[in-house]
Amino acid sequence: MTNFKTEFIGTWTLLKKELLRFWRVVFQTVAAPVITAVLYLLIFSHVLANHVKVYDNVEYTAFLIPGLIMMSLLQNAFANSSSSLIQSKVMGNIVFILLTPITYLQFFLAFLIASIVRGIFVGACIYSFALLYVDLPMLHPWVIFGFAIIGGALLGTFGIIAGIWAHRFDQMAAFQNFVIMPLSFLSGVFYSIHSLPPFWQKVSQLNPFFYMIDGFRYGFFGQSDVAPLLSLSIVTFFFIVLASITLGMLKSGYKLRS
Amino acid sequence: MKKAIVFNKVKKNFGKLEALKGIDLTIEEGEFFALLGPNGAGKSTLINILAGLAKPSSGSIKVMGYDVIQDYQNARRSLGIVPQELVFDPFFNVREMLRFQAGYFGKGRENDDWIDEVIEGLDLQDKANTNMRMLSGGMKRRALIAQALVHKPPVIVLDEPTAGVDVELRKKLWQFIKKLNQKGHTIVLTTHYLEEAETLCSRVAMMDQGKIVALDKTKNLLKRFSAKNLNLRLDLKDKKIPTSIQKLMKNLDHHSISFLIEEIAEVEFIISELKKSKIKILDMELTNSDLENVFLKLTGSKK
Repeated sequence: MTNFKTEFIGTWTLLKKELLRFWRVVFQTVAAPVITAVLYLLIFSHVLANHVKVYDNVEYTAFLIPGLIMMSLLQNAFANSSSSLIQSKVMGNIVFILLTPITYLQFFLAFLIASIVRGIFVGACIYSFALLYVDLPMLHPWVIFGFAIIGGALLGTFGIIAGIWAHRFDQMAAFQNFVIMPLSFLSGVFYSIHSLPPFWQKVSQLNPFFYMIDGFRYGFFGQSDVAPLLSLSIVTFFFIVLASITLGMLKSGYKLRS
Repeated sequence: MKKAIVFNKVKKNFGKLEALKGIDLTIEEGEFFALLGPNGAGKSTLINILAGLAKPSSGSIKVMGYDVIQDYQNARRSLGIVPQELVFDPFFNVREMLRFQAGYFGKGRENDDWIDEVIEGLDLQDKANTNMRMLSGGMKRRALIAQALVHKPPVIVLDEPTAGVDVELRKKLWQFIKKLNQKGHTIVLTTHYLEEAETLCSRVAMMDQGKIVALDKTKNLLKRFSAKNLNLRLDLKDKKIPTSIQKLMKNLDHHSISFLIEEIAEVEFIISELKKSKIKILDMELTNSDLENVFLKLTGSKK
């Protein structure tokens, strides 16, 4: 057997396991976030439709949808890798992977791809629901796809870091509540940052979630707060930084191998 | 003959605690080897370093000639580790889990026949499609052993494999493991059930406080320490065992007492002391040395 084939089977198996893991609890991992997003959509669009105008030729409900899709995509990409890791650590079954010839790179790839898949899957479900509700243009599908991949990758990677670092469920909850939630709510999902006072505009510009959502939205409407190429570069930069940290942690066995 | 495992001056410190104080040990291919010692002796730490779950502070380990750090992929392919704790993945059933485990080692569908064989060998057929969560402790233990075997490792390490397993299952497990050994697999086990090591293993290392305190063929160890057990059943009522013989005492369990005897004169001494205290002897038995005696001698820890 060639070495390449062995490595491929190893990575593919770990990826398959990660995908099957969230699929086994699809109500919790897909249905729940989709329902939440749809509720946001119904309520916010109902309450704010006549009060907020962001882009001249885009109605508020339509404006809201890409933001909600991206927000859920990011949150679920994070949730997938982080909760899988913390569970296997608390249950102890992480040893089943640590005892094998799986390399740190294979480990990273499998968890990363599984996170992207779950994020995009949740996003796609929300999109299908939204289509029932409102007409949504899709001017640049490749931009949409590109931001979905890099966004899922960034948060999936962040989830790996959180999953390796945390060793109790409450620490993971702290990550969710004090990092992921504020970043996603202060990212311009519900508004354009141009509507904010200058100080909060500056703060928003430090938030990587803002660029992911802004770039993603550009793919639908061809309009954005920041040039999409700039957004893509910033998000890619964040991904490279986090991926390097993650690979460093995995390679050294940080908190996994004593 | 190839060396299955070579430990070379393996040390491990946890802060100031020296958990392993320089372990040198070679296990030959095909051996049935036991690593004995009380809790905290360093057995599990040593196994964890062997498995790559922990890193040595210094020293090295080779499995089938592969360094566990430099050449960890080949080393891990050569190793099947059965962890001590009953860990499991609650999302999957037994067969799925075994397929995944084989997949991590790069084994695809061509390995399914072997997985079936392992499932049969461990009597898991009825449970193959049962979720891991639903298995009893004994079944989980078997599934863990199966998991360690999916990639046909030449060296199999069992860390306390029979802890909490009932007698019936214990017998079955040992039969299965013996068969693996006969097929050429090297078996290393840690246990504190000394009688298991005594009947199964050809060679024994005893560890205490991070060091190997004895390493020899099981029968040599038993010969070297020709101590005997004197087991007595006494009619104690409210009388106490005389202090003069308490230091020879090994075990006290209701009315039966065992003493560790090195010279036959000690037997006379014990009986006369008991007589003096007017304790009636109901039954008496003298048995040959076992590993427990050897161990107590070596570690100097009498209960």
